[in-house]
Amino acid sequence: MQFLVFIPLLIPAVAAAAARPLADRLKPRQGTWLLAASAIVLAGCSTAALALLAAWAAAAAPPLAALGDYSETVARRGDPAPILTGIAATVLLVGAAMTTAIAVRRRGRALAESYRRASRLRPGRGRVVIVPSPAIEAYALPGWPGRIVVSTGALAALDTRGRSALLAHERAHLSGQHHMFTTVARLAASLNPLLLPLAHAVEYTTERWADEQAARTTGDRRLVAATIGQIALLATSPPDTTLGISGAPPRRISLAWAGPVPRRVAALLAPPPRRHILLLAATVAILLLAGASALEAAKDLHDLLELARAAG
Amino acid sequence: MLEDRSSQAAGGDTDASPRRPAGALEAEVLALLQAAEVGLSPGQVQQLIAARQHTELSYSTIVTIMSRLHAKGLLARQRAGRAFVYTPVDEASLAASRMGRALDAGPSHDAVLARFASGLSSRDARLLRQLLAQSESEG
Repeated sequence: MQFLVFIPLLIPAVAAAAARPLADRLKPRQGTWLLAASAIVLAGCSTAALALLAAWAAAAAPPLAALGDYSETVARRGDPAPILTGIAATVLLVGAAMTTAIAVRRRGRALAESYRRASRLRPGRGRVVIVPSPAIEAYALPGWPGRIVVSTGALAALDTRGRSALLAHERAHLSGQHHMFTTVARLAASLNPLLLPLAHAVEYTTERWADEQAARTTGDRRLVAATIGQIALLATSPPDTTLGISGAPPRRISLAWAGPVPRRVAALLAPPPRRHILLLAATVAILLLAGASALEAAKDLHDLLELARAAG
Repeated sequence: MLEDRSSQAAGGDTDASPRRPAGALEAEVLALLQAAEVGLSPGQVQQLIAARQHTELSYSTIVTIMSRLHAKGLLARQRAGRAFVYTPVDEASLAASRMGRALDAGPSHDAVLARFASGLSSRDARLLRQLLAQSESEG
């Protein structure tokens, strides 16, 4: 029990390190599903593990042990200080519950607001709402139905093909309900902060998903890459419009610490990602491990408590 | 059907008619102009309001309201003789501009919507330019 219960607590740390490499390698659609599912599973397993530790400590603590007719000595067998671990686990659980409650409320309100505004808007063709504004803005507003919001500034910056790339990308967000994936991943991360890199990875893969869909719709991956680049550079303050050949000697470009926009552009300029069956299988295996160890630990604790009660 | 005509449209109205808040008056004038097939002058709007609402609004009040709406970007105007003729800015942009302003306030929105491409750090901007330049040269 004492080993098993820590496995679901350690795996999120592994997941945190693996999130970005996975996001970079997997096909965006698979990656989104897998990373979001991983976030849920790992959040559930780690929370369960903390609960088990707390319950174990509760059984081993003298006053509580007396209440439940448990024999303390038997309950403490195998771990010299279950009470301390239990207290730590309880503190973490309470913290996680509080932050998750806050996150659920905030996110729920943001979503409700989004749906409300989306329903009040009267769009033009294809659910697109054009906002007269010099700012460079374009986003999908989740709703029922969703809306695409674009500023006149953004439209003016692009030619016809760029505009279709932009709109195809935003349409993909709406039809794929991508906000569901990011919501779920964010909530998982509030249950277990180690999973925050997973949440960021999901946000990234949903962007990549929309990018690849836009590339399929327009038939031109380089067009989508150039459009992203144009908009991002214009949206940077001070506005950066230099898009030509810089004249500097080409150095090796490292994407290691790059933000999402250059990575998206680089991914579109490279060949489309291929299937990684091994990676998928390995990830699923690790998730199964987390689930199985949580389950086994729960069984162990149950058995231990039965024993303690019999001896108490 | 217009969106809610509450104080969303009004910003800092000080000149209120004794009977109704200025925001409601603006909304009425706007609705009138949107329902009309053609642009209207303040005089025509005054007559229409008198006929519809059976209330007398002074000409100067009407002019003030319509100039304010124009200043807010909700009405366009052209000179016709001595007065102006006002037409509403097209409906979709109308709804959108209100929404745009409303959405600017509200950090909670960032949690739900993802921008197409946001501003970059200087390092990312350099990286991006290199990537795009490389792709251009590879043509």
